[in-house]
Amino acid sequence: MTGVDDPLVVHTPGDREIVLSRLFEAPAPLVFAAFTRPELLVRWYGARGWRLAECDVDLRVGGRWRFVSLGPEGARMVQAGVYRQIEPPHRLVCTELFDDQSYPGETLVSHEFYEVAGRTTVTTTLLYATAQGRDTVLRYPMARGVGQSYTRLADLLRSTTTTRGEQP
Amino acid sequence: MGTELLDATFAALADPTRRAILARLAAGEATVTELAQPFQMSQPAISKHLKVLERAGLVSRGRDAQRRPCRLEARPLREATAWLAGYRDYWAESYQRLDALLDELQAVDQTDAERRGARPDGTGR
Repeated sequence: MTGVDDPLVVHTPGDREIVLSRLFEAPAPLVFAAFTRPELLVRWYGARGWRLAECDVDLRVGGRWRFVSLGPEGARMVQAGVYRQIEPPHRLVCTELFDDQSYPGETLVSHEFYEVAGRTTVTTTLLYATAQGRDTVLRYPMARGVGQSYTRLADLLRSTTTTRGEQP
Repeated sequence: MGTELLDATFAALADPTRRAILARLAAGEATVTELAQPFQMSQPAISKHLKVLERAGLVSRGRDAQRRPCRLEARPLREATAWLAGYRDYWAESYQRLDALLDELQAVDQTDAERRGARPDGTGR
């Protein structure tokens, strides 16, 4: 997989945000279910080498969610939060906090599900409590984004290649 | 790629003027005077940005005594994007698994609908 061709689009419109966007070949109710039903979440959620060992979802406003992930060499990661808005199949908003969090404050996670002709674009906005927190996440090995400057960087690389190709 | 060089690369890219300079240099070599023109910035200010870019290995300067053109060095950029592509795996791989799951769920939906047959309202559900 190459970063440039990957269908996952990542950008940073503000200094506290990371936005992920990705098209899925399925209608919104199905995608919404995949994001909210534990028996479905355990089948896809997590990084390479990690799996969801516990997945608690109390799907109501004010209800709590809690994921326990197990990773390589016995690594364990716990993330949890509270649901703020539940509007199936269009919108899901919750807070997120890791047990072992290295930056201050809760993150507000908003998923928007937008269906056109049976295909659904999921846009996830992660709003961090501080700009420093966002930058910390961008530096992690499991970071969720590359940032707007890096998207430009990819464009720059393409244009550089083109320019060189055109030179006599 | 070493962490220090990577830090220098990303620090250099964190500034919009420096990204604009790189974009300009992607179109071909340019002198400091030529680079300063579109930015409404003094040559010393541009030179400061260039020093940061040079330290990060993103720009090199020609040896021509009359004209020391700045040149884009793409290698650190390529290494930086390769490194970032690795970072993206966290969600990219997760979402690939979701693709497979959604395919499977849709196949199940289809089968269920066929088994039940279309309802009088024609919705199939």
